[in-house]
Amino acid sequence: MYTEKVMEHFANPRNVGEIEEASGVGEVGNASCGDIMRISIQVEDNIIKDIKFKTFGCGAAIATSSVCTELVKGKSIDEALELTNQAVADALGGLPPAKMHCSNLAAEALHEAIADYKAKQGKE
Amino acid sequence: MQPVYMDHGATTPVHPEVVKAMVETMEKSFGNPSSVHAFGREARKLLDEARASVASLMGASPEQIIFTSGGTEADNMAIFGAARGMRLKGKGNHIITSAVEHHAVLDACKALEKEGFEVTILPVDEDGQVHVEELEKALRDDTVLVTIMHANNEVGTIQPIQELARLAKARGAVFHTDAVQSFGKIPVDVNELGVDLLSASAHKIYGPKGVGCLYIAKGVKLTPLSYGGSQERRRRPGTENLPGIVGFGKAALISQAEMQAEAERLTRYRDRLIDGLMELPHVKLNGHRTNRLPQNVNLSFHFIEGESLLLMLDMKGIAASSGSACTSGSLDPSHVLLAMGLSHEIAHGSLRLTLGRGNSEEDVDYILNTIPEIVERLRALSPLYEGKEAVTSCTQRR
Ligand SMILES: Cc1ncc(COP(=O)(O)O)c(C=O)c1O
Ligand code: FES
Repeated sequence: MYTEKVMEHFANPRNVGEIEEASGVGEVGNASCGDIMRISIQVEDNIIKDIKFKTFGCGAAIATSSVCTELVKGKSIDEALELTNQAVADALGGLPPAKMHCSNLAAEALHEAIADYKAKQGKE
Repeated sequence: MQPVYMDHGATTPVHPEVVKAMVETMEKSFGNPSSVHAFGREARKLLDEARASVASLMGASPEQIIFTSGGTEADNMAIFGAARGMRLKGKGNHIITSAVEHHAVLDACKALEKEGFEVTILPVDEDGQVHVEELEKALRDDTVLVTIMHANNEVGTIQPIQELARLAKARGAVFHTDAVQSFGKIPVDVNELGVDLLSASAHKIYGPKGVGCLYIAKGVKLTPLSYGGSQERRRRPGTENLPGIVGFGKAALISQAEMQAEAERLTRYRDRLIDGLMELPHVKLNGHRTNRLPQNVNLSFHFIEGESLLLMLDMKGIAASSGSACTSGSLDPSHVLLAMGLSHEIAHGSLRLTLGRGNSEEDVDYILNTIPEIVERLRALSPLYEGKEAVTSCTQRR
């Protein structure tokens, strides 16, 4: 039911972990099935220099987290904000319809991390 | 890599002797069992033999067995048939079932609610067991049907059917049990259990899919689900699925011969798996430790999700199943695990291994060697796991 690309990311997830002293952290839970994803980013000169994730969820949730980190690493904050869940799913060659909600998780966690970064910036 | 199939609760591989009997039936005995001529008589003979084999494995007489298209149809036939039949006789419109039934039972009861029946769903304890006192409290003068499964398909817990049936029948209700998971695996005797109706299915006992049966005790009246010819004493009309039924009969014969030794062998494997995997930190056994089917192992691994666990196991050639919301299609975790009081999160990390004929001691070793590293990998990915490396078991945490 999953594409080869999904399985490849699932078997070898990129950017797993947590950035210490991160510029921003986003954690979201999935209301539909109860899964949790956390993304931490390190931002320098408005560029996402590093990004890491941790996910408690299905194969699709792990693969979308992984591909999402890959898609935005090295991109500017504005570029990263344009990332949609559809783009995440497309990068994996598509997801089964019942699993589309899992791709929301990755994009949402990323957006939360960026919002967290901006809020911290505002305070400084 | 030799694949290891440990999902016998979902379905079983068809026994080679069953395949042979079915192919022979299709090739040589194509006749209609209702026909008078030699072809028909030959088919009738095979039908009668299969009925006797299935009946014998549950201590019933052949004429008490009605062949169906599987466990689901048998459950529906029993529940709709008994409930509607009893209401027609003016006995009432109250049904009792349990929270851990298969959907074939639960959803049939829900459908009857729309026909004006009242349904009481009995709770279970943390092991998944129905308590006799709960049934005692729920029974009413207008209770017409009690349907409680013999052994649970997810956690393997065996219910005290004998006492439950005695109680229900003493109050004038019809008692049905879904024995799809226990039939052919542990002793199932309709007289000892004292049930009025019992469902079984062929594909869980190395027979073909799409065949099952309903045992109907003498004197129990059911309104039929469908109408047509005089097959199966008009309770299930339609030309019989003879190859399937012959396969079911053969599978029942083989199960009867092998059941005791097989149950002992699988219980040993089951206990090795449970004891071995429980040594990992943050693991919980789901279901009763001893009062469970010989073939059933069900554990929750805290901090990880079941579907990703199944995918990792699949990459290692191991076939299993899970009650996780992410595998359910409906995005709800298993109703059985929730009824047992498990939190959403713990139900999420559940893994069911169901043993069977093809499994060996080496398969058990392989699983015991493979699961720890997979669990470790997934926990390293989990945002819930941080700081939990220090051992506090999840039962203590709850
Ligand atoms: C407890 C129980 N009841 C009923 C069924 C349905 O049986 P069948 O697949 O033959 O319709 C199953 C099989 O999944 C089961 O495990
Ligand atoms: S995260 Fe639960 S279905 Fe994908």
